[in-house]
Amino acid sequence: MTGKQRTATDWLPDWRYRLHEQRGTWMAVAMFVLIFVLYIAKHPSGLTVPVLTTAANKGVLLAVVAMAQTLPVLTSGIDLSVGMVFVLANCLASHLVVGSSLQAAFGVVVVLAVGALCGFINGAIIVWGRLQPIITTLATGTIYFGLALGLRPVPGGDVHAGLADALTGALPGGVPAMVLVLVVVILLVWVPYRRSALGRAALAIGSAEGAAYMSGVDIGRTKLLTYTLAGLLAAIGGLLLTFVTYSGEASSAIGGVYTLNSIAAVVIGGTSLAGGAGSAIGSVFGALVLRTIGDLLFVFDLEPLWQPLFQGLILLAAVSLGAVQLLKVSNRLELFK
Amino acid sequence: MQALVLRLRQSGHLPVLAAAACTLALLLVGSLYSSNFLSAQYLLQQLQIASFLGIVATGAMLVILLGGIDLSVPWVVTMGGVMSAAAAGWWGATGEMLAIPFGIACGCLIGAINGIGVAYLRVPSMIFTLGMNAVAQGLIVVQTGGFAPQDRSTPAMHVLATGRALLGIPNALLVWLVVGACTVFLLHRTTLGRAIYAVGNRERAAYLSGVDTRRVTFLCFLIAGGCSAATGVLLTGYATKAYQAMGDAYLLPAIAAVVLGGTHILGGRGSYLGTVVGVLLITLLQSILSVMQIPEMGRQVIYGVVIIAMLLVYGRGQRLAQ
Repeated sequence: MTGKQRTATDWLPDWRYRLHEQRGTWMAVAMFVLIFVLYIAKHPSGLTVPVLTTAANKGVLLAVVAMAQTLPVLTSGIDLSVGMVFVLANCLASHLVVGSSLQAAFGVVVVLAVGALCGFINGAIIVWGRLQPIITTLATGTIYFGLALGLRPVPGGDVHAGLADALTGALPGGVPAMVLVLVVVILLVWVPYRRSALGRAALAIGSAEGAAYMSGVDIGRTKLLTYTLAGLLAAIGGLLLTFVTYSGEASSAIGGVYTLNSIAAVVIGGTSLAGGAGSAIGSVFGALVLRTIGDLLFVFDLEPLWQPLFQGLILLAAVSLGAVQLLKVSNRLELFK
Repeated sequence: MQALVLRLRQSGHLPVLAAAACTLALLLVGSLYSSNFLSAQYLLQQLQIASFLGIVATGAMLVILLGGIDLSVPWVVTMGGVMSAAAAGWWGATGEMLAIPFGIACGCLIGAINGIGVAYLRVPSMIFTLGMNAVAQGLIVVQTGGFAPQDRSTPAMHVLATGRALLGIPNALLVWLVVGACTVFLLHRTTLGRAIYAVGNRERAAYLSGVDTRRVTFLCFLIAGGCSAATGVLLTGYATKAYQAMGDAYLLPAIAAVVLGGTHILGGRGSYLGTVVGVLLITLLQSILSVMQIPEMGRQVIYGVVIIAMLLVYGRGQRLAQ
């Protein structure tokens, strides 16, 4: 798909080409701005620091998990275990990120390492075991959830209060600290990955795995890194959840919801589920769109009973948007792969 | 030995045999733990429980054969149960008669919308069925929360799910047998069945061969919706009432059963016999883990490890270099 669009836009100047290439991301940004302005305009207390902070605390959690989901999707894989790694990290953090500052810092490192290890295991099974990502991560997700359940049979635990307050509060300028965390995560994980040779290789694999292999791309190493980073990002999400809730809970419902919403966020963010095109930035905004829609129904005084239905309908409408492109197809054969 | 394995691998029956061997091994392990595992009573009961999963897995298999996936299983199962019970409440005596077909029809409707989205709007099945799952959930929440419909199962549903009308064979098993027989006929004796495999292998080629691939996709999703709802109806009869989220426990096992039975997750290859064996394997595994009173944590871990381990034995893909 991308190959064809690229030839069609060869004559465009550089900036227009970039705009065209990233239109999915820009669509998500525009959608988010629109919905967020509507939300703030309708909110009884308007644009205040507490409103922003609450919105950020909820949105960033999903945004980080959606970033985690984006990486495998770009290689035309999928990670159905992100939600469970998220829950596992949450449960682990509620045990380890406590006590003195040094202890808590050590806990954070362990939690992130465990998340990366989970992702590495996914990658190892997919690369060396040669199993399909969808079924592999479905099964490993069960394992990670089992481990989380072992760590926290009943909800509870604690977290380092100073760290939690600092990260879930607002910075002096009124900017929610969570937004800063999100930016740091993007700058430390996504940007270096996207600019590295391996990140480029990941997109190549997503476009055409056979061609990438023929061009000498180290497919195994790229996929291992991709899934490991996905695990790491999911664990960051789980860690942040602990700071928001001050406790750990092994709930398969939470894991499932985050996995499913992360896929939806990826799609709304303009990343193709077939792989090879898209960006984690788009997914971040896709996640923020999803979260704000939920809040929007709340400020519009919609009866709570009807909210799940409307959320579902909006999700369905958002993912069906791509169907508009069908109208442009001149050769019907292009519909089929 | 090597030659035999090679021949089996080429024939495509290796996964079925391996899964069957694992099923027998599980039974043996169970019988070491307690002799009850080999009693006819226990086995029939397991078959009865397996029937619920088997019917969901039938629909899941058709969709997976196409190269798609149906993630709307959980709430379509729930919808089948809730709507069939509600129909009995709404329309009195007529409703009792119409309850079962009405529940299944609701599932078919959701399946049909899935089919339209995937086949005609060309939205990837994973994301469209995900959206439909959310919509079905929303509908059920509005329906049960706003209108408080009847949630008791009708006597007919109860008999269908728990009765043993013929020679002590559970009725649910008979239902699965009928569904299974129809599926085998559909897959191997009709042009639609041929077309399903063709679309799963390469949709473009199937289209160029004159197959209306979109209609095939649409029909498979419709049948899958009906299968999920039918399980919901049976589950309602089994538990004597319909409740929210009753289908949550069926999505993962259904996909696992289909894949463990040797159906290729990317479509185009697989046999119904494999799915049957996969369903039995999953059901037995779940039953043995719960009988051994392994805590929930261990159950989840073992469950996942067994699926991965089995697939590593016989479900591996080809090297890219090949």
